Amino acid sequence: MIFSHMKRKTFWFEIAFWLAALATWLLMPRSHLILNEIAILALFALSLDFILGYAGIVSLGHAAFFGFGAYAAGLFAKHINADPLTGLAVAGVASAMLGFVASFLVLRGSDLTRLMVTLGVALVIGEIANSWSSLTGGADGLQGITMGPVLGMFAFDIRGKTAFAYSLIVLFVLFVLSRFIVNSPFGYSLQAIRDNRLRASAVGIPANARLVAIYTFAAAYAGIAGGLLAQTTQFVSLDVLEFHRSADLMLVLIIGGTGYLYGGIIGAVVFKLLQDFLAQLTPQYWQFWIGLFLVIFVLIGRERITGGIGTFLRKLGGKS
Amino acid sequence: MRANETPALEILNLVKHFGGIVATDDVSLKVAQGARHALIGPNGAGKTTLINLLTGVLSPSKGSIRLNGTDITQHKAEARVKLGLARTFQINQLFQAMTPLEALMLVIAEREGMGWQFFRPLHSRKTIRAEALHRANDLRLADVIDVQTSALPYGKQRQLEIALAIACRPKVLLLDEPAAGIPEAEREDLLTALAEMPRDVTVVLVEHDMDIVFRFADRISVLVNGGLFAEGSPAEMAADPRVKAVYLGESLAGDNHNGELANA
Repeated sequence: MIFSHMKRKTFWFEIAFWLAALATWLLMPRSHLILNEIAILALFALSLDFILGYAGIVSLGHAAFFGFGAYAAGLFAKHINADPLTGLAVAGVASAMLGFVASFLVLRGSDLTRLMVTLGVALVIGEIANSWSSLTGGADGLQGITMGPVLGMFAFDIRGKTAFAYSLIVLFVLFVLSRFIVNSPFGYSLQAIRDNRLRASAVGIPANARLVAIYTFAAAYAGIAGGLLAQTTQFVSLDVLEFHRSADLMLVLIIGGTGYLYGGIIGAVVFKLLQDFLAQLTPQYWQFWIGLFLVIFVLIGRERITGGIGTFLRKLGGKS
Repeated sequence: MRANETPALEILNLVKHFGGIVATDDVSLKVAQGARHALIGPNGAGKTTLINLLTGVLSPSKGSIRLNGTDITQHKAEARVKLGLARTFQINQLFQAMTPLEALMLVIAEREGMGWQFFRPLHSRKTIRAEALHRANDLRLADVIDVQTSALPYGKQRQLEIALAIACRPKVLLLDEPAAGIPEAEREDLLTALAEMPRDVTVVLVEHDMDIVFRFADRISVLVNGGLFAEGSPAEMAADPRVKAVYLGESLAGDNHNGELANA
């Protein structure tokens, strides 16, 4: 939709959006670490938006792919090769393989079944990582990762300057790719399956094969996000596979909205800033406030809070 | 039809049980190439079940289905579409979040084997767009081509329901009560579109409206209680006292359809 129907105004908005992201890198050097986390969360949310917003598959266990990618990147850097881009590719491929296998479990069944199955897969992966401590470091985490410089030129620094630039560029590239995908015949066929699976198969769309493909693809994105976290923090703990990551991710998309790609990014920005703000304000009770915020947010409705901005953004993707 | 020609659609001893209920009771039926074949019968006669069996939404308990000589009994729904079998639904089954243009382009792209292409945007494909606009025109959807489906009036949704099936470019098209719920005034558009279907497309029509059946069909099968009760030309069916008794009799009693029947 975007490329042929794109209005001049939306085009300039998108340019402005990404220029603003670039500006944060240039102008907010002291916030690079949290900005890096936001970029990674945004990429992770983009991954969930593929399967939730476009293909209509609910998941409470998306952290399985995030964490799997994080461990894959961490182990690869530690034992095989410290080059970041190669490591990201490894993380993506590893999670894609896990996603491919797991996809067959979510093909059928209701939303409730899918919630339980995805949750179960994440728990299983989490427990394997916990038990296999000779490989993963178990509860101590995977330590001793030393990353090489990006492209052999840009070494990671303690303040996150390289890290944020690296994550932001990866996010941008994968975002552009994802927009091509959702606007392609393949992308439309996913929306058709989401909207009406009975009709989708009655016009010749092989629903199962398409769902396997997008689930695998989304898992690769999640794995790359996990890989980014492992590489930029040079550490992997069991936390990457925890339930709260999957649940937070749902919240990110609830805040930002699904099915127009920017929802994950906007949700990630709002969620992280809110979390950061509340944690500074009331270090012990921030979860209470974020919970309260979400309840109010859902009750009042995103539309009314974000108002015109949300409507405008949704038009970007041409979907509502 | 030449005697040795392969039927477009051939059903052999098809049976479907739902628990203890026999919804389709040993139905055998041949639909000739290019036929306009109507399936009629009282409510609950198993017409929609039969369509669901033919299209792979349900799988039969026994029996087989051949499409242009190919046994498709075990084929998945989408594989049957690729072999040239398309359908419409009695209750609209549409992609609510898409516009008619998007839905038509999607269906055409899928038919052309582009469903796995994930790079070039759907909207940038000119030949597909042109065909989609053409289809939309045929079914009087041109004025609402960019309106989201969920916002379309019922009549337009019904037209889209049929346009999507035609966009599959089927060899055999199954229409499940296409005129259901369309106001009398808008019916003509639909009937014109159906009459304009190419003659090499075989059409199976499930319909309650006897006006439409007798205007459109060149052959009629009557289903009663899941089984095939009678079959013949419209004139034979109109004259058959048994058919009148079980079905036509009750729906035609005392109204002006008698005139149609006598003429048929």
